[in-house]
Amino acid sequence: MASSRAPEVAVGQAPAFGRARSARRYARATWRLIRRKPLGMAGLLILLVVAFGALFAPVIAPYSYDQTRFTSRLLSPSWSHPFGTDNLGRDTFTRILYGARVSLGISAGAVVLAKSIATVIAITSGFYGGWLDKLGQRLVDIWIALPTLIILVTLIGMIGSSPGSLVAIIALANAPGSSRVIRSVVVSVREEPYVEAGRAIGANDARLMFRYILPNIAHIVIYSSTVTLGSVILIVASLGFLGYGVPPPHPDLGGMLSGDGLTFMRRQPWLAVWPGVTITLVVFAFNVFGDALRDLLDPRLRGS
Amino acid sequence: MSKYLVQRLVLSVPTVLGLTILIFFLLRTVIPIDAVDFAFASAEASDPKREQELREEFGLTGPLPVQYVRWLGRILSGDFGSSFFTGKSVTSELLHRIPTSVELGVGALTLSLFIAVPLGLMSAAKQDSLPDYAARGSAILFYAVPGFWVATLVLVFGSLWFNWAPPIKYRPLWEDPIANLRQVALPMLILGLSPIGTQIRLVRTQVLEVLRQDYVRTARAKGLGTREVYFRHVLRNSMLPIVTVVGLQLPGVVAGTVIFEQIFVLPGVGRYLLDSVQRLDLYVIMATNLFFGFLLVFANIVVDVSYAFIDPRIRLTSR
Repeated sequence: MASSRAPEVAVGQAPAFGRARSARRYARATWRLIRRKPLGMAGLLILLVVAFGALFAPVIAPYSYDQTRFTSRLLSPSWSHPFGTDNLGRDTFTRILYGARVSLGISAGAVVLAKSIATVIAITSGFYGGWLDKLGQRLVDIWIALPTLIILVTLIGMIGSSPGSLVAIIALANAPGSSRVIRSVVVSVREEPYVEAGRAIGANDARLMFRYILPNIAHIVIYSSTVTLGSVILIVASLGFLGYGVPPPHPDLGGMLSGDGLTFMRRQPWLAVWPGVTITLVVFAFNVFGDALRDLLDPRLRGS
Repeated sequence: MSKYLVQRLVLSVPTVLGLTILIFFLLRTVIPIDAVDFAFASAEASDPKREQELREEFGLTGPLPVQYVRWLGRILSGDFGSSFFTGKSVTSELLHRIPTSVELGVGALTLSLFIAVPLGLMSAAKQDSLPDYAARGSAILFYAVPGFWVATLVLVFGSLWFNWAPPIKYRPLWEDPIANLRQVALPMLILGLSPIGTQIRLVRTQVLEVLRQDYVRTARAKGLGTREVYFRHVLRNSMLPIVTVVGLQLPGVVAGTVIFEQIFVLPGVGRYLLDSVQRLDLYVIMATNLFFGFLLVFANIVVDVSYAFIDPRIRLTSR
């Protein structure tokens, strides 16, 4: 989505002058974007590559993620095993691909769910104001007084970790904090003349909230989603590291680094390198891309 | 000033009370299996009579709201209950562990500020130069590199290259300060790495903002040297948002202490939580969660009050 939309953001609605011409326009717009936001576009490129690898892991991966071979344990990188193998002889490149797939899938699911809940809370709370808003804000205050990782470790540790529980609980933990950011924008958008105009021509509350306000806060939701995705990926990795990731034999980028593997990492240090490099690259990419997105979607926030 | 402090403290009472309600009912109702059954199934009580006795002993009989009020009453008198498994008082265990966690967290934040403030200042002073780009680029990198990965690398390559491993036995600060610092310095430093990124960026934008102010031009115009302008006028006026950001970063650092206590085998509150979650040790889980919640509420008060301390205008308008 992001890749096809990014040029539009830069040039606005390009009139159609025939296919060749508009293709050239897009090429030029893309080039201008790369020159203006080199870091952001590098981030986008990393994200596209990782997303491609995660999405098509079953096709790209040279082996299966749980295929053990005791004759090829703890190998260093080679042509047949680009990232080497682990203590059970499983191909590390394959496990990284699947690990990225699991981690991105869970994080994306959690962020979409969290931002949807947050947007609904923010719009209703910010639009109606009054005691509903005050009460809601107090509840959010209480909820965000608990550090995210603490409540996650507690709930996931007690309920048990599965992809479903991870998505639901991470979304639940993130939604209140996200709603606060979005609400502050709703409150300012609510006072805009076009909302008043909508009211004047007889739009009801639901229509005002979802046809007038929602489109005008969408950019905040999109930008904050990319940044939140970066931090959620870190959180998922931390949970995996602490032993609350997806259960084995499924690969987990954080879990691959955790204490149990330490003895094997001493014998094959590459095992300690790849998962961390992957996490770092993805989080880095989400952040620089998010920053670029913010500048492009809302120039008023530039540099903040 | 003290009036402001009192006002702020009173305002935090509903939040603290809300926290106790949230934690109690969340942990007692949302969890699908009965944590209590689980605990007692693995304890000695297999016959129902003994189980009933144990439930009464731990205050787990009667409707949930009644249990909540009983629990809250005991907390107010400083009793956080006792562990299902060891039977030890949670309060004394917490008191024993809090210094370790606080030392780690406070040390990490302090170290990060000592690295980030000069870098941010330099980045702003030499805006759009090579050092500026380097500082800004590395800021995002600091944020993106997971601390636990750095720790893992240090453990792996430390043992490979230097034959080094973290000591198993923990020495408290008041018993053997030197051994303690040697043990804690490394986790502190690595934990302090991830807040650096946000801090550099914030100091930079803030200093740039202040540099545009009239009083900076005045200071220059009256002939002060660059050093004086920066340290006497710019830095002091950039401090306010830095206090905010330190407050904002506390949840992250707290979470970090949990992870780092696990990696470096430090007996802090985070380890206590992780161990108890695995055994569904209810009162320990509740107490540790409350501790972390209280800590953040308290930290926010400190941030607000230090605002008022740094900037008298806030104190005046809040009256």
